[in-house]
Order: sequence, then C-alpha cells, then structure tokens
Amino acid sequence: MTEKSLAAWWEQQHQSLYQNLGGEAAVNAAVDIFYRKVLSDDRISHFFEDVDMDKQAAKQKAFLTMAFGGPQNYTGVDMRRGHAHLVQRGLNDTHFDAVMENLAGTLRELGVAEELINQVAAIAESTRNDVLSR
Amino acid sequence: MVNIKYAKDSFTLGENRSVLDCLTEHGVPIPFSCRSGVCQTCLMRATGGSPPEAAQQGLKDTLKLQNYFLACVCHPTEDLEVALPDDAQAAIPATVKKLELLNEEIMRVMLECHAPIQYKAGQFINLFRNRSLGRSYSLASVPHEDDHLHIHVRRLPNGRVSGWIHEELRPDQTVEVRGPAGDCFYVPGNPEQGLILIGTGSGLAPLYGIIRDALRQGHNGAIRLFHGSRDQRGLYLVGELRELMKQYANFDYVPCLSGSDVPHGFAAGRAHEVALKEVPNLKDWRLFLCGHPEMVKQAKKKAFLAGAAMKDIYADAFNVSQSG
Repeated sequence: MTEKSLAAWWEQQHQSLYQNLGGEAAVNAAVDIFYRKVLSDDRISHFFEDVDMDKQAAKQKAFLTMAFGGPQNYTGVDMRRGHAHLVQRGLNDTHFDAVMENLAGTLRELGVAEELINQVAAIAESTRNDVLSR
Repeated sequence: MVNIKYAKDSFTLGENRSVLDCLTEHGVPIPFSCRSGVCQTCLMRATGGSPPEAAQQGLKDTLKLQNYFLACVCHPTEDLEVALPDDAQAAIPATVKKLELLNEEIMRVMLECHAPIQYKAGQFINLFRNRSLGRSYSLASVPHEDDHLHIHVRRLPNGRVSGWIHEELRPDQTVEVRGPAGDCFYVPGNPEQGLILIGTGSGLAPLYGIIRDALRQGHNGAIRLFHGSRDQRGLYLVGELRELMKQYANFDYVPCLSGSDVPHGFAAGRAHEVALKEVPNLKDWRLFLCGHPEMVKQAKKKAFLAGAAMKDIYADAFNVSQSG
C-alpha cells in the first residue's frame, strides 16, 4: 500500500474507536496524566531525563492520538528511527510493558470502559517490534 | 490562487496541499515528522498574513499570539509569508539612555529603539557588541508603561558582552538589537488564576516585567514571586518589590536565600524548593520559571509532577555562552 492509502485505511478502521473515546479532547485530557505517570515511574523515567519537556509532551500526544485510533501518519520506519537511540541504551520488553501499564492506568483514571481500553492497548501493542527494533 | 512566500521565493499552493507539502516539494528543507498536526516538529511562523486557526490547534497561547502555526496542517486561503522559528530578524539601532547598577553584578540598561518594536514583557532581545557578537537579554520593561526597553545584565567572568556593557558602554552610545523572541510572557485571560513566578539571579528581569504586565492588565488572582540567590547581595529591586506588595493585595514577594546566613524576612532554601513547600499542589496554577538552566529544568519537572498542566508552565533557561 502507498503511504496515502495506508493512512486512509487506518482512518476507516479506527474512526469509531477515536470517536467513542472522545477524539482530540480525550487525547488532551489524557496527555498530562499519562506523561506524569511515565515520568514518575522509576522503571522508565531515566529514558526521559535530559529531554525538552515541551517536545516530549508533544510526542506523547502524537503517540496517544495514534493509540486512540486518531488521524496519524506514523510508519514502522518512523517508530524504529525514533526509538533506536533508546534501544542502544537498553530499552526492552519490560520497559514497553511499563508504558502499556501506564497507558491503561491513564484510561482507567479517566473512566474509560475496559472494552475500549483493550482496543487502545491492541493498537499500542502493534508497535512493539518496531519500537524495540526487531 | 494562494501564494506561499518563503525567504526570497514565492510558490503557488496546489489544491489540497499543505504549506509543508508546498515547501518540501520545492526542495525547502523543513523539518517534519507526524504530518498530522500533532508532534509540532514543523512549527513555523507567519511573518505576513494570518495563519488559519486550524493550523494553530494545540499550540501554546504565547505561540498563537505570535502567529506560529504547524505547516503540515496549514491550508491557507490567502497569501502567507512564512519563516522557520529561528530565521533571523532585522537588526534595529538603539540608543543607550541610562545605565544603573542594581547590585554588585547586575546592570540595568535602558535602551531607546530607533524604530518602534512590538514586544511583550518577558520576551528577550539580542544585543550586539558588533556584527558577530551578541547575547540574549530578557525584557523587564512593560510596553505602554515604560518608555524604553529595560534589560538586566549580569556580569559574567570573562563575559565578552556583559563585561563590555559593564565596563565600556556609556549613555548616548548606539548599539544594535534584534528581536523580540521567546514565549515566556503573560497571556491575558483567566484573570483569577494563581500565578507563581520563580527566578534566580537576573532571571528576575523577565519576571519583573511579567508581574507588572499582569497587574496592569487587571490580573486579580494571587501573584507570588520567589526570587532566589545565595546571599542578600545577589538580590535586587527589593525595595521596588516590597512597594509593589503594599500597592497590590494580590501580589506577594518572597526573597529566598540558599546560603547559611538567612536573616529575618527572608526564606531559607532554593527559590523553587521554597515555592513548592508553600504551594505543594500546583493544579490550576500558572508558572513562570526563569534563570539558571538547572533550576529551570528541575523546577519544570517538579511543578509538572506537583499537578501543573504542561500548557501552564512558561520557562526561560538562561544558558551561558560557552565562548564567554
């Protein structure tokens, strides 16, 4: 598939999830809670030292938009490129699991139904191999 | 037909193309990543015309006010002149009106620009000693309240610009300035929100401007300033700030000393630690953090973890040039 048709396919598949969650407003409500959890999590917080917090928050927002089924154009290559330096610093499955846990925790805090949380988790899970450069 | 002007070129915007598409297709190297208006990598600024509202979604208010936008989701219906955020601005000559030592190491410089300059208190200008040697200084003055631009220059060891300002610069001399730039300033609206301002050393300059700007614009929520230094000699404008406290019931000034000698009337500890002790829950507060880069970095993280929203934290780290 070309990049454009891939993006169109993505939007068709996930539009209802994104709408059910509440669209961009839901992402805005989740981003600070999620980023706060990640920064306070001793298992992974060291990966976030020495980065510009505003830029980092924008990236967290992009990630949540994708996981919520929202409009996005990330490709597997982007995911690999964006995390390669962290893999070199030892990023592995346990860290990915911790992020997944924080993601679900964020959604529970916002009162999202378990069924939708599972759908979000499935999308996030689909990036695991690219994020970990496998 | 809509035209996009960039540097000396003008390109016709194709149907259904974004400003980012248009520029990259013509070989202009604009950084980008998500292409969905989210990651903010393709942040640009309109220097002529107004960007559509949809291209500013999710940006900080201070960036919106300065016509910043995201190129990947920008579909203008009228001509737009655009620039990358750090593209140089024109230099303006300015006459030195007054030089005044505020403490042992900080000099207040008052400058009169030869052309009008639109700025917000708390933004910074670059002041040039010569064509290739300039440094950034935050603006402590308030437009429409102060006649001139005010900057506070701390003398640095071997500082090539700060040393020159302290030793050689004289009233009536003309210098070159560029700017303003920076997004650490007061945005009107939400006048009952509490403000906490934390600064070290000459980080007081932007804060002094921001506080007076907020008061002038009728901010009625609490405004709490924590200014820190190691000892009393590092503090300045103490009298002016105490006077401001008498004048405005919602303004509070806490001078903080991190050294061992802390007389009555001063708080013991680093400014950001004192502030967080006094206001442990920062949910719904607006924060301004200026000064030492390590303080700004730590305070930003701590403030966020203490409940402040990312969009409510405005910061300006005073990085010292490695070349002196």
